[in-house]
Amino acid sequence: MKTETRSEQFHPPSLIGNVLRKLHIDIPLFIGLLLISLLSFVILYSAGSQDMDVLMRQAARVGLAFLLMTALAHVDPYQFKRYSALLFSFGILLLIAVLILGQFGKGAQRWLDLGVFRFQPSEMIKITTPMMIAWYLAEHALPPKPKQLLIAGILIIIPTLLIAKQPDLGTALLVASSGAAVLFFAGLSWRFMLAICTILAGLTPILWHFMRPYQRDRVLTFLNPEADPLGRGYHIIQSKIAIGSGGIYGKGWLGSTQSELDFLPESSTDFIFAVFAEEFGLFGCVSLLTLYLLIISRCLYIASQAQDTYSRLLAGSLAFTFFVYVFVNIGMVIGVLPVVGVPLPLISYGGTSIVTLLAGFGILMSIHTHKKFLPHS
Amino acid sequence: MIHFQGKNKASKPFGDFSGRPHRFVADSDTSAIYSGRRKVVVVFIMTCMAALVGRAFDLQVLNNQFLKEQGDMRHVSDVSVSAYRGMIKDRNGAPLAISTPVESIWMNPQQIEPGKESEIRQMEMLLNLPKGKIDELIKGDAHRQFAYIARQINPVVADQVKALKLAGIYFEREFKRFYPAGEVSSHLIGFTDIDDVGQAGLEFGYEKSLKGIPGSKRVIRDGQRRIIEDVENIKEPVAGRNLDLSIDQRIQYLAYRELQLAVNQHKAKSAALVVLDAKSGEILAAVNQPSFNPNTRKGLKESLYRNRAITDVFEPGSTVKPFVVAAALDGRYVKPDEVFETHGFLQVGNHLVKDVHNYGTLDLTGVLKKSSNVAVSQMALRMPPEYFWGIYHKLGLGVAAGSGFPGEANGSLLDYQSWHEFDRATLSFGYGVSTSALQLARAYTALADDGILHSVSLLRRDEDVDQQRVFSAKTAKRVRAMMETVLMKDGTAYEGRVDGYSAAGKTGTVKKAGAGGYVEKSYFSVFAGMAPAKNPRLITVVMIDEPSAGQYYGGIVSAPVFSKVMAGALRVLEVAPDQQDNMPILLTRQGS
Repeated sequence: MKTETRSEQFHPPSLIGNVLRKLHIDIPLFIGLLLISLLSFVILYSAGSQDMDVLMRQAARVGLAFLLMTALAHVDPYQFKRYSALLFSFGILLLIAVLILGQFGKGAQRWLDLGVFRFQPSEMIKITTPMMIAWYLAEHALPPKPKQLLIAGILIIIPTLLIAKQPDLGTALLVASSGAAVLFFAGLSWRFMLAICTILAGLTPILWHFMRPYQRDRVLTFLNPEADPLGRGYHIIQSKIAIGSGGIYGKGWLGSTQSELDFLPESSTDFIFAVFAEEFGLFGCVSLLTLYLLIISRCLYIASQAQDTYSRLLAGSLAFTFFVYVFVNIGMVIGVLPVVGVPLPLISYGGTSIVTLLAGFGILMSIHTHKKFLPHS
Repeated sequence: MIHFQGKNKASKPFGDFSGRPHRFVADSDTSAIYSGRRKVVVVFIMTCMAALVGRAFDLQVLNNQFLKEQGDMRHVSDVSVSAYRGMIKDRNGAPLAISTPVESIWMNPQQIEPGKESEIRQMEMLLNLPKGKIDELIKGDAHRQFAYIARQINPVVADQVKALKLAGIYFEREFKRFYPAGEVSSHLIGFTDIDDVGQAGLEFGYEKSLKGIPGSKRVIRDGQRRIIEDVENIKEPVAGRNLDLSIDQRIQYLAYRELQLAVNQHKAKSAALVVLDAKSGEILAAVNQPSFNPNTRKGLKESLYRNRAITDVFEPGSTVKPFVVAAALDGRYVKPDEVFETHGFLQVGNHLVKDVHNYGTLDLTGVLKKSSNVAVSQMALRMPPEYFWGIYHKLGLGVAAGSGFPGEANGSLLDYQSWHEFDRATLSFGYGVSTSALQLARAYTALADDGILHSVSLLRRDEDVDQQRVFSAKTAKRVRAMMETVLMKDGTAYEGRVDGYSAAGKTGTVKKAGAGGYVEKSYFSVFAGMAPAKNPRLITVVMIDEPSAGQYYGGIVSAPVFSKVMAGALRVLEVAPDQQDNMPILLTRQGS
């Protein structure tokens, strides 16, 4: 990792370096994201029954998301910090609006219809929550004191509960973990974390009480999918079969029988990893995980290179949240975690999550390319 | 790791959005904290990733074989291919029961997409279902994966439903039984249920050979259970065997029409008619009233399904008298030229045997012509019970006729050892014994085929291999000649004479037995006969139950049916007319 970036760090900026600096793009991160997006098209073509329309729609979204990323990379990180609280508050207001409007609709209400396009406030909250917490903590001496912890905790819980109420367990989980990651990087004491874990364990029965029936079902299904193989356990069993039948080398591109024959539900969205694993086998799985790991490492590195507390905490949180994203999705598909509706980042079909994710990477690039003081050891 | 200097921080141009006084935070501290935490995070992430890889290894390497099989199990399956059910045909090949391909429509309620109301309404219209019926089925059981929407649909309608392209709706090729003869042969043929399994009649009796053996094929299905591809045939279905009946549908129609007319005319409760081939024992017609249409059976009573001609018994009454005369002649208990003094009644023990009128002195022919109970009782009392019983038993009274029809009646004939003297008398005029119309017709073969009793068959056959002599040919001919007079001008059944043909027969007017004895004014009107009398080709038995329009004599109610059926059937079979006297005018003119 360090070898990749050493030249950038220690040599005087060349012409190319200057151009890149102007573009505010982090080349290793950009290459990683580009690779994974291209891979996404390859898998989507197969999982989406070789429908070119699906591919074109996704390409348009990815293109848009890359543009947004580049745009955000140009923004000075100071601006993010400056507007953190404002953006966060705005996001919370939108969440409340969605919840109220949802009373008139039926079932899950996550969208805000703005006429021209539909907007999911919970996606925005994924980024503004770590911004808010990072901003708040960066104002105080670290590690945070109990009072700051309490306030930060409340700031995390508000959006989490609002999203869980939609109900969107997956996003709520990601938002909570993005906030928690900031606290962790800020030096939250181990003893405190242990205490929180104990309390959460104690709260589990209460949480269970407030869960929706389908959410309970998911947990029960995760614990014993074979109990209802045709009903709720179907997803997990089918995806395990798809992954397992891939073997070491996979069945080859377009060779997935389970998704091709419609046995695998949601094969181009949340369960796309199963299609990938069936077609590319263990080799493919390890390669994909490695690619994700490289991206995460680069992000963590960017965080370590950040020049102020706010940037560092935010970058670290974005990196960790991206990992949580990957782990929760693959863990669910592969059957080690319960089914929560989280897409496979950058690969699943669907626009909103890609836009948010690349916006996050745009912020990371902004942090990395706007360093005002080049240190010389 | 690079550590920033505090002074750098201080000189940063970053302002503060909150506007509060900027508080100094040592960035080097946070950097150090971060670097420590980053190590923990890296270890955590690596552990999680390793867990994912381990799990992938577990599924893709260790459990690969098992999961592969599981996967195959899900999309490769063996399905049964229904065999074509055998046809039922009459003796000339006319179809009586045929299978036609139809479609059945079922759905997986779990897969019905919301927002398809208009398509579902359209489907209900196409299938003639009440509005909302399908929604009801969907809501019926939330966990059900299978529900029939409509079965045995015309393939054209099914194609229209297919065109709606609704998810979760499936089609299944089935066969539906169709009965071209409708109610005419419904009792005989029976019917199948919706699953194509025989439920009554010959459909039930010959289920095994009609059904065939279902085959199976291996198919690839998709996740919606739709069959995507046929892989291979594992076993070809073996079509059921066709059933070639002895029935002649032309005679069957004729008999049905005449019997229905008679039942309507005499306001009878029910009726049965059997036509036998006198030489082969084959059943050419067996019809019943009331009847039903096997193609539209909804809401019908079970009693309509009874094939009375074969499964219901009655006391044959005077129709058995020719057997008594033949038995007495064969056993030399009477002389051919013997005469009987009848006086109108006969004292047997404490009982009286009565005739309708006092016929005075009767020769053997007169006994049958006038149907004298007194004379046949005298003959019966001369015969040893064992011999008398032996003749009845040989004729098949009290023994199932052996047609192979399910539920065939045995009738009843008590053993001679329990007979009292009066029983011997009443048995001679057909009380105390019961038979089905088919059994009675079979017994008549012994008179028709010069003493040889035939077995009966519902299947077409070339010859009867199970025949048995009961009377001598001479006696049979003699009795037949006597029975011809029954159909003559002063016989009991002049109405039964057959246009163009000589015929022989015997009437029977039987008081119906009810609870606690015989019921007044409630009769079976029976006629049994054969034609042409010289060399009988056909035997017909007509039984009409409770005619209630005034007339009840067998000679008045049943004999005319015999006459019309015989005349028609003999012509259908192209039997040459042997009687000029009562030839229809049309025919005599043609002849001149």
